[in-house]
Amino acid sequence: MGMTLTEKILANKAGKKEVAPGEIVTVEPTWVMSHDNSAAILLKFKKTGVKKVWDPEKVVIILDHTVPPPTAEYANNHRSIRNFVKEQGIVNFWDMNTGICHQVMAEKGYDLPGAVIVGADSHTTTPGAFGAFAAGIGRSEVAAIWATGKIWLRVPESYEIIVNGKLPKGVFAKDLALHIIGDVTAGGAVYKAVEFKGETIRDMTIASRMVLTNMSAEMGAKNGIIEADKKTEEYIKERKKAPYKVFHPDEDANYERRYEYDASDLVPKIAFPHTVDNVHDIDKAEDIEINQVFLGTCTNGRVEDLEIAARILKGKRIHPDVRMLVFPASWEVWREADEKGILRTLADAGAMVMNPGCGPCLGAHEGVLADGEKCLSTANRNFKGRMGNPNAEIYLGSPATAAATALKGRIADPREVL
Amino acid sequence: MGKVWKYGNDVNTDVIFPGKYTYKIMSDEEMASHALEDLDPNFAKNVKEGDVIVAGTNWGYGSSREQAVKCLKAAGIKAIIAESFARIYYRNCINLGLPAITLKKEDIDKFDAGDEVEVDIENGVITNKTKGFEVRFPPFEGYVMDIIKAGGIIEYIKNQGNRE
Ligand code: SF4
Repeated sequence: MGMTLTEKILANKAGKKEVAPGEIVTVEPTWVMSHDNSAAILLKFKKTGVKKVWDPEKVVIILDHTVPPPTAEYANNHRSIRNFVKEQGIVNFWDMNTGICHQVMAEKGYDLPGAVIVGADSHTTTPGAFGAFAAGIGRSEVAAIWATGKIWLRVPESYEIIVNGKLPKGVFAKDLALHIIGDVTAGGAVYKAVEFKGETIRDMTIASRMVLTNMSAEMGAKNGIIEADKKTEEYIKERKKAPYKVFHPDEDANYERRYEYDASDLVPKIAFPHTVDNVHDIDKAEDIEINQVFLGTCTNGRVEDLEIAARILKGKRIHPDVRMLVFPASWEVWREADEKGILRTLADAGAMVMNPGCGPCLGAHEGVLADGEKCLSTANRNFKGRMGNPNAEIYLGSPATAAATALKGRIADPREVL
Repeated sequence: MGKVWKYGNDVNTDVIFPGKYTYKIMSDEEMASHALEDLDPNFAKNVKEGDVIVAGTNWGYGSSREQAVKCLKAAGIKAIIAESFARIYYRNCINLGLPAITLKKEDIDKFDAGDEVEVDIENGVITNKTKGFEVRFPPFEGYVMDIIKAGGIIEYIKNQGNRE
């Protein structure tokens, strides 16, 4: 029986010829990642009685969620993490001047084909864009891996999502992701591996592929994955932190379900409050007035995202009743966007260009909404209270939609301004 | 050897361990006394050490609360046998040392409440003494078996001793 991409990677890591869905394998992960929550994880780790992490070169810690810290409590957490990192000799530590964990994992060369990556964050599905098996796990499990170097994983059944056709002008990976999630639904792929394939995916940039794997978590998937190709190898060439191996799914692999989409007839999409699968065509949203536009996050805070927004806003001013917050996903993104003049263009249009990090995505700081306000966000979640106020509403869209919306003061179709 | 407690599909964590107790710190006995409170008030009163639960699909969906596993373990449940488990519930079971066994529907249907059964975790055999049949399941893989034998992942790690 042939194997899917996910099955191949897990079999290889487990040192087996073959694995089948439902089977449990034990593997040593290539990397185990955590962020500001490392402060809680290290307390759990200490309770195990183990003194040293199993391999200080495989633990990756990235500070991104509340940077710079808004309260003494958060600052204390950061300090306890820094102390732990020193005491354990953890080499792969990235302090708050680096960027959002899922972006940093890619930039710093941890996202590699064939790798098994687990992390204490639900969007740890993101490295799947590089042909890695990557999944979110709980904090206690991260502590257990620090102690033992092992994790057991149940091999998930795979779905294949095949997308062909060229994305029309004004329609982006984010619109495709929203469309797919609206169709599959928020619980439609629970525990499954979703493998994206087809010419649309092959034509995508790495940054766009990351949108799809990042948002796989929003269909409940255990992991999202895309076969590595030349573009992947090009991206990782100068960055890679470890050797890697490229796997391909077998022709006769067994997929539990197949979804097929034609990208060429897609339109811009909006996820309405308060669930990510509440997806509508943009024309259903066009008279909704917006108070804040949030461009950034691990979903859509990369250079191509800021660039399309800058193209739309160049030489214009955003609507006077809108606040636009821009959070580059990392300092590398910040620098490249700066060199290209993108940040200046956005600032000239009236946007606030903020420090890289998660920003207001999780509602901890930097841009909380007032009661009754509406936000158009490029993030991956619009749950009630997600951005810090349960009395506010979050609409999700692409970076182009975000820019068009900032111009008009209401949700606007980017095809009209591109 | 123990008795079967049989339940249906989609039993969620709220009826396994009511949400109103989740933020109260409780002893194991106290937790056990609330197990399945909203689904089967007879359970906590009559469950015995060594009993098993047999259920349909999606056992344990809902919240990630570990108490929904702990309360059953504390009540003496030796294994949960179901057609399928919610993902986090399944992980919690193993990591807390309670075997979660998946069987096909036709096998699940053979069990009735009150049947006397014996579960051999090591060899992957469930024997129904009342009805006189055996069902096999793939035994747990090495590391998972070690966790279950230790009574949970934390106990497993502690048994490993401290490594410098
Ligand atoms: S940007 Fe948002 S979704 Fe991404 S890691 Fe940060 S908080 Fe999570």
